[in-house]
Amino acid sequence: MSETVKFGQYGGQYVPEVLMPAIEELTDAYERYVLDNEDGFMDEFRQRLRDFGGRPTPLQYADQLSEAYDTAVYLKREDLLHGGAHKLNNALGQVLLAKYMGKERIIAETGAGQHGTATAMAAAHLDMPCEIYMGRTDINRQRPNVFRMRLNGAEVNPVTVGRGTLKEAISETMRDWATTVETTHYVIGSIVGPAPFPAMVRDFQSVISEEAREQIRDHAGRLPDSVVACAGGGSNTMGSFAEFVDDADVDLLAVEAGGSSLTVNEQEGVAPNSATLSTGDEGVLHGARTKLLQDSDGQIMESHSVSAGLDYAGVGPELAHLVDEGRVTPANVDDDAALEAFHRLSQEEGIIPALETAHAFGYLHENPDAVGDVTVINVSGRGDKDLETVIEETEQRDLDVDVDMSVFEAAEGM
Amino acid sequence: MANNPDLAGAFERDDPAFVPYLAAGDPDYEASLEYVEALARGGADVIELGLPFSEPIAEGKTIQDAIVRALDAGMTPDRYFEFVAELDVDVPLVCMTYYNLIYQYGQEEGPRPFVEKAADVGITGFVVPDLPAEEADPLREACDEFDLDLVFIVAPTTRGDRLDRMREQVSGYVYVQARLGTTGARDDVSDQTDESLARIDDWDVPKAVGFGIKEGDHAARIVRAGADGIIVGSALVDIVAEGYENDEPVSAVADRLEAKARDLKEGALRGAQQRAESVVPEDQ
Repeated sequence: MSETVKFGQYGGQYVPEVLMPAIEELTDAYERYVLDNEDGFMDEFRQRLRDFGGRPTPLQYADQLSEAYDTAVYLKREDLLHGGAHKLNNALGQVLLAKYMGKERIIAETGAGQHGTATAMAAAHLDMPCEIYMGRTDINRQRPNVFRMRLNGAEVNPVTVGRGTLKEAISETMRDWATTVETTHYVIGSIVGPAPFPAMVRDFQSVISEEAREQIRDHAGRLPDSVVACAGGGSNTMGSFAEFVDDADVDLLAVEAGGSSLTVNEQEGVAPNSATLSTGDEGVLHGARTKLLQDSDGQIMESHSVSAGLDYAGVGPELAHLVDEGRVTPANVDDDAALEAFHRLSQEEGIIPALETAHAFGYLHENPDAVGDVTVINVSGRGDKDLETVIEETEQRDLDVDVDMSVFEAAEGM
Repeated sequence: MANNPDLAGAFERDDPAFVPYLAAGDPDYEASLEYVEALARGGADVIELGLPFSEPIAEGKTIQDAIVRALDAGMTPDRYFEFVAELDVDVPLVCMTYYNLIYQYGQEEGPRPFVEKAADVGITGFVVPDLPAEEADPLREACDEFDLDLVFIVAPTTRGDRLDRMREQVSGYVYVQARLGTTGARDDVSDQTDESLARIDDWDVPKAVGFGIKEGDHAARIVRAGADGIIVGSALVDIVAEGYENDEPVSAVADRLEAKARDLKEGALRGAQQRAESVVPEDQ
């Protein structure tokens, strides 16, 4: 049995008293329905993941990358899951659980909008009213996802405090929950927050590694030397790692956003990155003890990444623990390298990845020798939502890999 | 039930405690000193002094904004301790903050160094909204060592085993959260208050009710319902915010805070009097 409350020194339940009874109720529901499959909950969850979500997702051999890096590269195609990212695994699980618990309303936070869209889809699918909290900055940089949430019937509530990104959206969703806790379930979007969320979200996401472990044996006839996944809060990361944790010979590589720099500006309270596992230290945020980007007083820093989904000052407590144990190796890739990797994967494999996902491929490009002879890389999501950002950010840079957009100018001139 | 007799002693049956909250350093260090002292002049019996944290998940917009103003003006834990040492008030001071600041102050040593320093500058107790009884042992132990009180919040959702656990841990007073949600001034008094007070009727620590109290009549109503004290934050922070936005002189804002404090304290006293008049002794 995996741990469910504390992961070494990390985890726990640091939330206002008003939420504790709901946390206890959720813990009870998690144990009964998820861990013990009461009333066939897990069977229904798996069936809906198949029929509505399109699971299992393929494990694909990447011809060009394998040749370029002289290693067998397999892609776990979570971008092909309904909605275009791994997020549905968790959202569908939690909305279904809320239904089993008799809750009447769903709330969720979102950063890049992927969790918000997945929750909105799952809520529409299961006929539950849904409200999404999203930072104002993120609303502006992820417009297509906002529109998708609205199309699925979800309310989108802009959060204007602070810098208006994921951190503020989580705080605001917790405040809503403190007011509506008796009728509402909070579908947290990553392996963060108070117990049982980190363990429960991991369990819903671990379908990724459960499938990948079987598939790589079919394809390669053995386990991989490494599994590589990007890491923000860490749900696709733990989902990709969970079933491999006990396979001591499989290296687990968590690639964080190096942003524009790993140097922290303590005066301004800004960490121009989201490399929490690599550079953060222990503290308490959003219900859990974990690694954080914080100043020496303990005030939480404003993080940064070109990818909204990795832009968070905390990380899942289980990942923090596995890094301390030496089981997971943290790495980071900066904005430039992630953008180059975005273009490279689009051009060479015909897959336009999410900017979050691109970090994992940036790592492969920079460290082809670190992944062994056979590697599995999680393609956590597709990049349609990022196209505006990518065009803008690419124009500002002189990248090794680039796209010539002069066709637009030519067309305008006609 | 009390590590420090000053705190529980501030609550009396016929003289219910008025417990105001302000964020230290809002909108700046000097003005904030004046404001806190004005509350004491207005009749505060205990003052909850907020140490601003960047992610205040239990606060509504009014106090979130106060925290942003205080942080922008340079408030830090060390400045906070200077602030407390410099304050010229003779009522018990309770530090209200979030656990990460308490925890980070001591680095590897946990909450003890923060508590030691707080005791040193004259803090009497703590309220930590993101620290439920489950996670409170290290702070509880440090408070016991330095004779400080640890106040817990009882929410409208708190029942059964949870009440028992908090009853064992709480000292000084118990903070009764009047309604679901976050802090913020409201125009009504919640029925949840009566129910919450009834659930802890036989506890022997004083019961202070907070969340949503805005004026003297609310205070009277809540004391009549059985509270030993009232906690008021957002309605006072509103005055600070208004003064800041309109660029008013510090003394004018301080005067209004003092007047508001007096109104709230008088309301509490009125409630106690009404309660005394309406009580028929049970054995008659």
